[in-house]
Parts: sequence; structure tokens; C-alpha cells
Amino acid sequence: MGKRSNWAIPYLIFLILFVALPLLLIVVYALQDGNGGFTFDNITRFFTDSDALSTFAVSIEVAIENTLICLLLGYPAAYILANKNLNKSAVTAILFILPMWINALMRTLATAELFNVMGFTLGKGTLLMGMAYDYLPFMIYPIYNVLLKMDHSYEEAAADLGATPVQVFRKVTLPLSMPGISSGILMVFMPTVSTFAISEFLTNNKIKLFGTIIQENINSSMWNYGAALSLIMLVIIGLTTLVLGGEDSEVEGGTV
Amino acid sequence: MRKVLSQAYIWFLLIILYAPIVFIAIFSFTEAKAFGNWTGFSVKLYENLFTGGVNGGAALILAIKNTLLIALISAAVSTILGTVSAIGIFNLKGKKKRTIQFLNNIPMINPDVITGVSLFLLFVFLHFSQGYLTVILAHISFCTPYVVLNVMPRLGQMNPNIYEAALDLGATPWQALRKVLVPQLYPGMLSGFILAFTMSLDDFAVTFFTRGTIGLETLSTYIYADARKGGLTPELRPLMTLIFTIILVLLIIINVRQERSKANKTIR
Repeated sequence: MGKRSNWAIPYLIFLILFVALPLLLIVVYALQDGNGGFTFDNITRFFTDSDALSTFAVSIEVAIENTLICLLLGYPAAYILANKNLNKSAVTAILFILPMWINALMRTLATAELFNVMGFTLGKGTLLMGMAYDYLPFMIYPIYNVLLKMDHSYEEAAADLGATPVQVFRKVTLPLSMPGISSGILMVFMPTVSTFAISEFLTNNKIKLFGTIIQENINSSMWNYGAALSLIMLVIIGLTTLVLGGEDSEVEGGTV
Repeated sequence: MRKVLSQAYIWFLLIILYAPIVFIAIFSFTEAKAFGNWTGFSVKLYENLFTGGVNGGAALILAIKNTLLIALISAAVSTILGTVSAIGIFNLKGKKKRTIQFLNNIPMINPDVITGVSLFLLFVFLHFSQGYLTVILAHISFCTPYVVLNVMPRLGQMNPNIYEAALDLGATPWQALRKVLVPQLYPGMLSGFILAFTMSLDDFAVTFFTRGTIGLETLSTYIYADARKGGLTPELRPLMTLIFTIILVLLIIINVRQERSKANKTIR
């Protein structure tokens, strides 16, 4: 061996240049004023900027609601798909990820148009429905993977020892599927907080989320404030990952 | 009873999930400019799509070409970089291994907007003029981790001695890589490539921040600009319908083949 471990060196340099350094630059720009001097103004500005603060609150609220909706709808689906008695074909599972190959913006626009035709007013309700539609596969897939690999003899043992089906689920299946649930939450919650464009399309520009505020600032050359908002976003991401246990929540590389 | 209820639930979700796609498909067969208006059956939009069309079709076709080119280059480079790196990482130990794996996980966990903004700041910082090259570099940076993740398990399943054996028998490291490692790692590389290609195709936020001001449009940025102007280019409807149909057919073929090869194995 020895030598072959050197094969990782080019990628390590690449990662430092294109992953670590850019994140560091977010911190650097966030703590600079327009002339490159050190300042905390960009951070304090966020806490006095009522527009940004309320968008932030709305984003967290929508993200929590969306994650809950996806979990409530997605867990039973993952459970059924992974259960050989209830679902025999692997194709049904694939059908759930297939829509992801359609451009997300196009899908979202079609969803918004469908809501329009059905006579719904675009607003909070349609935002939550449309988002659940976009992110449901990200919740189903990790839970499905964990349930599929689970050793079912634990459930059988619990049933043999007299547990009712509800007890088996609560005391055995649910705890064993926790890694899938936490990576599902991670994969739904974070993109929802930071999403931009999608929320505008689904609410006819009535509700914007945190990602949009970041984009607006960067695009109008307010790089330092944009970087500061990104830094706040990064802190939220760091906290969420820590809470959900970053170690076992690694994203599963799916095969087609 | 449980089975019927379960199946009903699954199909209920699938119907909701597919409703917008079916909606696009239906309205791809009418000429109306506004999405949701039915002005009678017509394949005019399909014709427009292939002939360059009337409704700004040339820009759309250029956007499609850009999207495919960027996805192809990014996925190819990511697959090579990711495979070589996976071999390296696999042979690393301890702290070094954990550090590089941690860095490798960041682009997958990071939301697109953060990745986009951070790379935008990088290119500004380095005074690198933004365009095709920066978009491709950005795509490689978020695609490669998926290749690494898909190749690593293959390395674990492989007998580590056969590479050494090839070297002992006089193969150069390059020959050993090509004739021994690549054939063994091929399935992982292929699924990594497909995943990278898909991620690149579907990306919007990262492209949006790293494409600069040279007027580079991919399908996603084109759709975004289109929707902001109000009113989507009608030709997008047949395009999406075609993409979806092609993917559906491909997946069905792959699955039927897999089922068949499984069946063959059990017979033997």
C-alpha cells in the first residue's frame, strides 16, 4: 500500500481549494466592510434588519412544517415499500425517485400551474403542498434503505415474546429506523430553509425564503452582507447536523 | 386488507407525485402559449422543438446543448477524479482518512445556495472571470463526492491482493489500474457517473452563482429567467415530456434486464 494512498493527494488539494477555501471566504467576506476592513456590522445588521429576520423566521417555520409533512407521508410509504409482504416489486420504489429526473424548477412551475387550474389561491398552503411534493422522495429514500437492510428477526423475536404489533413497531422497528429518519430530516430540512426560486413560484412571489434574500444581496453586489447571511445559514446547518448526529447521517449514494 | 390499504396509499401518493408531470405531458399536445390553456390537439410544439421553432426556440436549444455539455464534462472528470481518489482514500488510515472524508461530505450536506455563494466568492477572490470553466469546476466539486461514495464500497468488496499480484507479474501501475482495478470498480464508477450526470443536469443554484455575466444559460437558468419574465416558453412542455419518457423507458429496460439476469442465475 503506502504509495496508493498518495492517489488521494490531488483530490485533497482540490477539496481544499474548492470546498474548504470557499467556506472560509464566506467567513472572511462576512466580517469585512466594503473596503476590506474588519467589522461585525454585517452580522449586527441582520439582527436589526426586520425584513431579513422575518424571512428567516418564516423559512425555519416552513422548513419544520415541510419536514414534518414529508416524515408523516413518507414513513408509511417507506415502510410499505420495504415490506416484502405488502410490496413485491422494486419498481414501485423506483417510481418514487423518477420525478427527480425532471428539472426541479419545471416541476415546481407545473405544480403551481396545476394549483391555479384547480382554483387554489397561491400562498402558504400551496407552498407547503408543492414543497412536500418536491422533497418527499428525499425523505422516503433513506428510510426505505434502512428498513430494507434491517434484520427482521428482531421484530419476529419481539412478536414471539408477546409484543403486540404496535409495541413491535414502537420498541423495535422505529428505533432501528432512526438513522434513516435523521438523514431524511437532514435532506429535507436544509434544502427547504435555503431554497430560492421555488417558494416564489409556488406563492406567486408572496412568500420568500432565506435563500432568496441571500441571492438578492449577492446579485445586487452586496457581497459582504450576502456572505454574512450565508454564514448564519452555515451555523444553522452546523447545528442541525450536530443535533441529528453527523456521523451516521452520511448521504447514501443511490444506484439507478 | 392491510395489503389493499397499503397499495391504495402508495398509489395515492404516486398519483399526486405524478399529477404535475402528466399535466405537462397533456398540455404539450396543444399550441396554446399559456400553460393550462387547451386550444385543441396539435403536435406543433414538438415540431418547433426540433426545427428551432418560433418562440425563441434557438435560445432554448442552445441552453439544452450547454446543459448536456456541462453535465457530460463534469460527470466524466468527476468519475475519473472520484475513482482515483477513492482508491487513495481507501488506502489511507486514521486522521488523514477522516479529514478527507469529512471534506468529501461537505458538498453533499451543504445546500446549493451556500455552495453557489461560496464558489462565487472564491472566483471573485481569485479574480477568475466566470463562465463555462467556472461552472464546470463548480459542478465537478459537488459531483465528485458522489462518485467517491459509490466507488468506495466496491473497493471494500475487492480482493486487495490482485492489484499487487498484477504488479508482481510485471504490470506497470497504469496497466494494473486499467486491466485490474477499473474492471472491478466499473459498476461503482458507472452508478457514480450517472448520479453525477443527474446532479449536474438538475443543478440550478450553483450554476446561477458561478456562470458570471457572459450570458451563459443552462436549462435551469433558462427556465428561471423565463418564469420571471412571466410565461414559460411553450416548447419546454414537449421537451420535459420527451426527457421523462426517455428516462422512463431506460429505467424499465434496465430493470427488466436485471430481473432477467437474476432469473437466469437462479435457473443455473
